Amino acid sequence: MMAFIGTLPGAISQGLIWGIMAIGVYITYRILDIADLTVDGSFCTGGAVFVVLFGTGVNIWAALLAALIAGMAAGLATGLLHTACGIPAILAGILTQLGLWSINLAIMGMKANVAVNVTNPENLNRLLVSLRFVQDVAKGTRPITRHPVFVVGLFTAALIAVLYWFFGTELGASLRATGANQNMARAQGINTEFGKVLGLMLSNGLVALSGALLAQYQSFADASMGRGAIVIGLAAVIIGQVLFSRVFRNFALKLLAVSIGSIIYYVVMQAVVSLSGIDTNYLKLISAVIVAVFLAIPYWKSHYFSKSVRKGGKLHA
Amino acid sequence: MLDIRNIFKTFNAGTVNEKTALQDVSLCLKDGDFVTVIGGNGAGKSTLLNAVAGVWPVDSGSIFIGDTDVTGLPEHQRARYIGRVFQDPMMGTAATMQIEENLALAARRGKRRTLRPGIAGKERDEYRELLKILDLGLEDRLTSKVGLLSGGQRQALTLLMATLQKPRLLLLDEHTAALDPKTAAKVLDATERIVQKDRLTTLMITHNMRDAIVHGNRLIMMHEGKIALDIAGEAKKKLTVEDLLARFGQATGSDEADDKLLLG
Repeated sequence: MMAFIGTLPGAISQGLIWGIMAIGVYITYRILDIADLTVDGSFCTGGAVFVVLFGTGVNIWAALLAALIAGMAAGLATGLLHTACGIPAILAGILTQLGLWSINLAIMGMKANVAVNVTNPENLNRLLVSLRFVQDVAKGTRPITRHPVFVVGLFTAALIAVLYWFFGTELGASLRATGANQNMARAQGINTEFGKVLGLMLSNGLVALSGALLAQYQSFADASMGRGAIVIGLAAVIIGQVLFSRVFRNFALKLLAVSIGSIIYYVVMQAVVSLSGIDTNYLKLISAVIVAVFLAIPYWKSHYFSKSVRKGGKLHA
Repeated sequence: MLDIRNIFKTFNAGTVNEKTALQDVSLCLKDGDFVTVIGGNGAGKSTLLNAVAGVWPVDSGSIFIGDTDVTGLPEHQRARYIGRVFQDPMMGTAATMQIEENLALAARRGKRRTLRPGIAGKERDEYRELLKILDLGLEDRLTSKVGLLSGGQRQALTLLMATLQKPRLLLLDEHTAALDPKTAAKVLDATERIVQKDRLTTLMITHNMRDAIVHGNRLIMMHEGKIALDIAGEAKKKLTVEDLLARFGQATGSDEADDKLLLG
């Protein structure tokens, strides 16, 4: 139990970092109504771009910005495959994801794993977040304001504020309309193709940013770091929705719910590992089962537990 | 205002499901014309409206709105000139967005969507006034999600959205067909008022012959992808359902009137 509590700050930090990716997933899955599988690739793209640039001494904010732009480029690729080439969104995402595997390796100089040199204190101090800062704060050698939970929390809050503003603008509203009803959107003069591409770019930009933060945090980028990211993102979105949909109605709070959902996911995963001693290789299976169950619940509810409605007949008759 | 010149449209060309939906259709609407369109199922009424709206490109022919050739323009660019209400009440509004957000989207039809706020404070008062005209109590529910509204309320809202920015052409595709008779009458009434007030050039499909006769200054009947009848002015004012059925028989060469048309 004590071991579990000891790992909590780390789990919360990771949850917050992945939460930014989950907010990206929310934009495509919930707002645009597209299941975008690009994220498994673009997450690593962000990490790879960041680690390589940071390694050459580039300013940390410039490296983060570059990761964001690289992710947006991945989203652009998926968006164009979907809109300009007429490929179904899921397949378009899978194609980009597959292509990114090679691109990510190329960015990392054909190595599967590139580390950030954190043994050099000068390098370490340049970082925004690091697993080591969690330990340093615990030891008292670093101020609490450098704790990843604090830093990434602030980062997330700023991000939510920007997204809240954006989706309230004319352009942002047209994106929401595109996801809600394409017929209506086009009838109101909205270019739905453009909206989808822009949404995919925005989403994958955030996913890559999250990947860049994770690479910093764990001090390496790995070619397979994004594997299953979409499932984690969906888990966070769904957990947030199940727990907070009745209380959080405002858009900004819904995004916050996604971030909290991600934290809960990581804390639960950590609890499973610490308390049951299960082989961590089973975690992906557990995630898949949890997400499958949560996705199935609304369907089961409407099909097997609705006593008041007689079977047969049209639902909207 | 609207000039349709010799348009053709065939769906699933070259397959067993090939269906010629529009055959050499030409139609010219003057500014302020209110044309009702009737015809049996599969006659090409909705196809005609969709061709004008740009849902898909036509096979040949051209379409002008005013002096603008819109034949090659995609749907969202034609929306600058066209207001539309669909048959399906779910189709014309965004269910997950608020009433005022839907209206604000419609108010920006044909304009560049920028990073300015999606809805300005003073717009709300304007929308409240407009919703009052519908007389459905929506003026007090500006921030309600549209998904909570009834089919009739959604159609009325869609109608308001289609005309919020005065369109050069209003397309109504059996917009009251999915509603109960009382609500349908209310929506049709609102349609008549809005069209009269702004002198809108309108093309309205209906299944109801009586509505087709009562409303508008011109009536066209479609049959097998062609315009079979075109009655305007004084002749239309004197028209009765019986006349219409008789003339339909003459025009199409069939002595039995289309059941669906009669029952619709």
